Amino acid sequence: MNKHIKLPLNREEARKLVVGEKVLLSGKMYTSRDAAHKRMLENKEAGIDFPMPIENVAIYYAGPAPAKPGEVIGSCGPTTSGRMDAYAPKFMAYGQTVMIGKGLRNEDVIEAMKKEGAVYLTAIGGAGALLAKCIKKATCIAYEDLGAEAIYELEVENFPTIVTIDSKGNNLYETGREIYKED
Amino acid sequence: MRSIEVTKIIEAVKALCMQANYDLPVDIFNEIQAGKSKEISPVGKAILGDICDNAKLAHDEKMPICQDTGTAVVFVKIGQEVHIEGGLLKDAINEGVRQGYIEGYLRKSIVENPLYRKNTGDNTPAIIHYDIVEGDQLEIMVCPKGGGSENMSRVYMLKPSQGIEGVKAAVMETVELAGPNACLPMVVGIGIGGNFEMSTLLAKKALTREVGSYNSDERMRELEKELFEMINKTGIGPQGLGGKVTALAVHIEDYPCHIASMPLAINIGCHVNRHKSVRL
Repeated sequence: MNKHIKLPLNREEARKLVVGEKVLLSGKMYTSRDAAHKRMLENKEAGIDFPMPIENVAIYYAGPAPAKPGEVIGSCGPTTSGRMDAYAPKFMAYGQTVMIGKGLRNEDVIEAMKKEGAVYLTAIGGAGALLAKCIKKATCIAYEDLGAEAIYELEVENFPTIVTIDSKGNNLYETGREIYKED
Repeated sequence: MRSIEVTKIIEAVKALCMQANYDLPVDIFNEIQAGKSKEISPVGKAILGDICDNAKLAHDEKMPICQDTGTAVVFVKIGQEVHIEGGLLKDAINEGVRQGYIEGYLRKSIVENPLYRKNTGDNTPAIIHYDIVEGDQLEIMVCPKGGGSENMSRVYMLKPSQGIEGVKAAVMETVELAGPNACLPMVVGIGIGGNFEMSTLLAKKALTREVGSYNSDERMRELEKELFEMINKTGIGPQGLGGKVTALAVHIEDYPCHIASMPLAINIGCHVNRHKSVRL
């Protein structure tokens, strides 16, 4: 069963998502990788506000391939989320509720998720062509100089993800493999 | 002597960059397809189905299979009777990469300095490995290598006393650590022997071998099979979300080494294990 979720997502709704659920996202999300995360925080500390509405925001850890003429965007799958672990707790404290990426998160991130009421969704790593088809509009809103690492506002429809760590700290990476492990 | 013009090399490399990024090798595709019937996890099965659909879509629409269109790793075999005319081979390869990544709408993922990190804007420089071989032909293989799986790769300088068990333990440790980060199911390229740098090159070459091929040494072939089974019993599964299909293949390449050493390199390849070659 797929659950349909509209973005942005408030904390109350984020807390309702349960590990293992398949979630189709519609609405606005923002791409950001290491370089953009770093710059946003440096700017914030220098008094320059975030380039997107940070309250309840969904951030997609992704750096798309360039769009061909006539296309909305190039391939756009998730990058490894762990590289953003150093920044993610601060973003949640500022209001982020949804992280979309692939791969493991550290304890600090999971603790912040529990505290703030945020959820970690994963999309299929290496399925960038398929995922690009769910992106209906893409606008570069900041840091164009970073190239593929610039921040894009994406309007998505039924963008497929799986709840991989929920706001209670349940982790599908741990529970999923236990079921299929052979001695 | 046979002359090859650099313009031909530029054209060839440009085309290879695009083709390698749009078309998943048939052997990899077939193995993922076969994985769908082996996989018992419903989530894993669905993921493998999506990965196949993604590869078909990329092929049909000439889109990159993955947005990470990689570092351009290029293996060149130069026949010693070949003469390159009109410029330097290295420059021709980099020009081909530049044109391929720009005209093919591929992502530019290379920064000019690892600490200061300014994007070079055209995905150059390529990482080029040259081999001088007999004959009058030039063989070029382009292997775009993604950062996610590359980051999960490792080198071990084992002691000879650690033996086969030491190798198995190190491979399993690497696979466990790679887990969900490396876009599974994975191809595991293993280099044993040589020295520090050669083990890594062997591991990279192992990733370019066709899935279903085996090491020519029966003892190594047995180790490939054993590791393959061990990895697929971990339960890690597609994307690390649990399942039976964790690895698509395990390839070992080996080389003689020093009496004091047992170098081991494990290069993790994601399911988008790309490579495309041409002979000029």
